[in-house]
Amino acid sequence: MTDSKKDYQKILGSVQKPVIGEAGKTGTWSSKKPIIDLNKCIPVKSGKPSCFNCWLYCPEAVVTRTIPPEIDLVYCKGCGICMEECPVKAIKMEEVNPE
Amino acid sequence: MVNVMDLPEEEFIYPGTRACAGCGMALIYRIALKALGAKTITTVPASCLTVLHGMQGFCSTKISVYHTPFATTGASASGILASLEDKGLADEITVLAFAGDGGTTDIGIQALSGAAERGTNFIYACYDNEAYMNTGVQRSGSTPLGVRTTTTPEGKKVRKKNMPKILEAHGIPYIATANAAYPLDLFEKFKRVKNIKGTKYFHILSPCPPGWGYEPKNTMIIGRLANETGFWPLYEVINGKFELSKPSKRYLESSKRKPIIDYLSAQKRFKSIDDTTTKIYEENIKNVWKEIKSRLENH
Repeated sequence: MTDSKKDYQKILGSVQKPVIGEAGKTGTWSSKKPIIDLNKCIPVKSGKPSCFNCWLYCPEAVVTRTIPPEIDLVYCKGCGICMEECPVKAIKMEEVNPE
Repeated sequence: MVNVMDLPEEEFIYPGTRACAGCGMALIYRIALKALGAKTITTVPASCLTVLHGMQGFCSTKISVYHTPFATTGASASGILASLEDKGLADEITVLAFAGDGGTTDIGIQALSGAAERGTNFIYACYDNEAYMNTGVQRSGSTPLGVRTTTTPEGKKVRKKNMPKILEAHGIPYIATANAAYPLDLFEKFKRVKNIKGTKYFHILSPCPPGWGYEPKNTMIIGRLANETGFWPLYEVINGKFELSKPSKRYLESSKRKPIIDYLSAQKRFKSIDDTTTKIYEENIKNVWKEIKSRLENH
């Protein structure tokens, strides 16, 4: 009993640690994942930093603002907003095994 | 107008939060923190944002967060600012209160009104998903007319509270409406208020896939429809001067606006709405824009 009480106090007194994946691997929430067709993607085609709608609109911050943009499928919840917001329809939602 | 490359690349929210897929609020919070930077303290009442921040022991954001009881968001912001002033850090650190529509229009209104009256130098952002979503969609003071929730199964009988106007009556230096579907406009507004002294108020429309009844991929489409139909005009009131924001400017002309039924029929929460209610919506929108027009002409 005393041990669990101690643990409880330890948690209460602790500083909350910032962590990636606070809710676990959220990529498992959906089997459909966004796959970018690099032949269509605007920044890849032009070689210049532009567009990046997928990065801008992602509520989960799993897309990088790089050329080419990369999506972290381990944490991507598969909402599909990036697919809808891509102006050249370069993103398709496909069945991907998150492992 | 800011460009996508003007936004800092650094993220203040880590991936893998507890927010639902396609959450409008998660995007609003992410963009707001990008504008305000790491030197921000957020105070949050019970809301979906509490859920996003996570369970005891861990936190999904890089910045300091203070979880406060439901009714005390404004008061806790005043308290945080007082302690910062005491330590001489008030100029360096921004105090941001971030609450849902329930915590703003119903439960937290007196604390917010008090803080606004005192002129506490902080930013209050209300993300409005138009019901108590965190507890399973109960109606709030911000739920629009005719919306089906678990506590209004036949549709809400009364209309939505106009919170920005209530705050305007307090005579605070900055009031703005924003929308999750216009992140660049949102970023620009949050950047602007960083250097304004006094109480700043944001009212941000936050589409909610499970609560509003649409597919998560359509969050931005629904948000944009709210602007395009004239339902949610984007504006700023800076020191009493009314300004229409760029994404809403073209809808000043009623012929440019889409019919409101486009917005209503895209969401399951408006399913029990009849023609009479649709007419009321049309009439309300007409009146809102008439008022906007007269306010613009008076300046």
